[in-house]
Amino acid sequence: MKTTRRGRRALSGIAALAATLLFVGCTTIQQARGGPGQKLDPWENWNRKVFAFNEDLDKYVMKPVATAYANVVPQPLRRGVDNFFANAADAWSAVNNVLQGKGQPAFEDVVRFTTNSFFGIAGFFDVASELGIPRHKEDFGQTLGVWGFGAGAYIVWPLLGPSTVRDSIGLPLDISVSPSAVINDGRTQVALTALQLINARANLLGASQVLDDIALDKYTFLRDAYLQRRRSLVFDGEDRSPPDSQQQDDGNPSAPADGASAPADAASSAAPAASSPTPGASAPR
Amino acid sequence: MFRNRMTTIALATAALLGTVAFVPAQAQGQAQAAIPAPAQTGNKAPDALIKEVSTDVLDSLRADKSIKQGDVNKVIVLVDQKVMPYVDFQRMTSAAVGRYWRQATPEQQKALQEQFKLLLVRTYSGALAQVQDQTVDLKPMRSGPEDKEVVVRTEVKGRGDPIQLDYRLEQTANGWKIYDVNVLGVWLVENYRNSFAQEIGANGVDGLIKKLTERNNRPASAAKS
Repeated sequence: MKTTRRGRRALSGIAALAATLLFVGCTTIQQARGGPGQKLDPWENWNRKVFAFNEDLDKYVMKPVATAYANVVPQPLRRGVDNFFANAADAWSAVNNVLQGKGQPAFEDVVRFTTNSFFGIAGFFDVASELGIPRHKEDFGQTLGVWGFGAGAYIVWPLLGPSTVRDSIGLPLDISVSPSAVINDGRTQVALTALQLINARANLLGASQVLDDIALDKYTFLRDAYLQRRRSLVFDGEDRSPPDSQQQDDGNPSAPADGASAPADAASSAAPAASSPTPGASAPR
Repeated sequence: MFRNRMTTIALATAALLGTVAFVPAQAQGQAQAAIPAPAQTGNKAPDALIKEVSTDVLDSLRADKSIKQGDVNKVIVLVDQKVMPYVDFQRMTSAAVGRYWRQATPEQQKALQEQFKLLLVRTYSGALAQVQDQTVDLKPMRSGPEDKEVVVRTEVKGRGDPIQLDYRLEQTANGWKIYDVNVLGVWLVENYRNSFAQEIGANGVDGLIKKLTERNNRPASAAKS
């Protein structure tokens, strides 16, 4: 009963996702000409609207609630909540490591999960880290990337934030294995989801402040950071992007203004590492 | 959940902590004159250099109470002294500005460097104030001894998961210089390129300088908590 209901929910989620993608794809593909980063973000007009909605939601709901939560709940307890959700994520990481054919990381994640589940009291304490067993976080979007799926266009989802076509395909699966989705009792489920969101937001209260200060255009800054980071995660940080050494010199004033990195990247083909594209320029993974 | 992921990136930028710094090239002369020690580090291997500078900055941060209270000017002084000698900030700025750099006049280039540096230093002063018991570990190097440009990969270890922090360095006549920094998979200079191009495309180089200056004149909001 439980599994069928969940299965159906996941299925309808995927169907809705596909429908939205089709819709968004048809309506906006002809928009958004020009403007930097256009290649990786063909739906920028739409994305910016969703982004603005998310910003408001954060400003008026998430951030105040998270601030109150951080003020009321003592730090050790919040750590415990972190650990609890991270423990569940470790189990999912183990699955994804197996799917990516990474034996040692998969093994270590399994050890982490079992250790923390038993000795860490359902994951509330992170005993495994104390023992020096490293975490290897992987989600299904990364697995798809390792399997060779390109990132595709950038998408901002309401509530969920930045994503790509590829990561959106992995998204329903990633969500369906979080603790709140596994539990079958409606009220507990809602409470757990809320806790997860609020706790995560509370962890980032300081960081989001920094982001407000550092970005000229928060949308662009976050988009580029997201795409770079996801690409790096797929390659486990081993990827070698081309050094940008040539780019300051090979500027071509008459080049069309579509994506600052793309023309510069093409022009720097003399650079040794130019075979691997600038993240997001042509084939972000 | 994805909200989380999105803000991880925000955390990433915050996590630059004490190990990074951004400094204009033109001020290098004074800084090196001020400090006797760095003169000898000119021939150091790049990874050894990074380790030494990171440790030095972290130690200084921990020792200084006024920085912990978010004193921006103190942080700027610290960065100028400890890190500036090892950063090619002109290269950082020109790479972030991209193909527009050569169109800019020398005055514009100077203004861009100054404002870009100020933006970064001001922003990180909040994060720097939060340095506690972090340490920096080097990861194995992949480059050969003859390479002129290398990536030094490090991990900042404190509470929670380690933070990936990588540096691109280039060998110059004055030793190794940092020209880009990677936090949790995000190269900083690369990340500014589209933002800068967007602003220059709309309002020209002066528009970008103006925007950066405005940003820097806002009251600093030191990130607490």
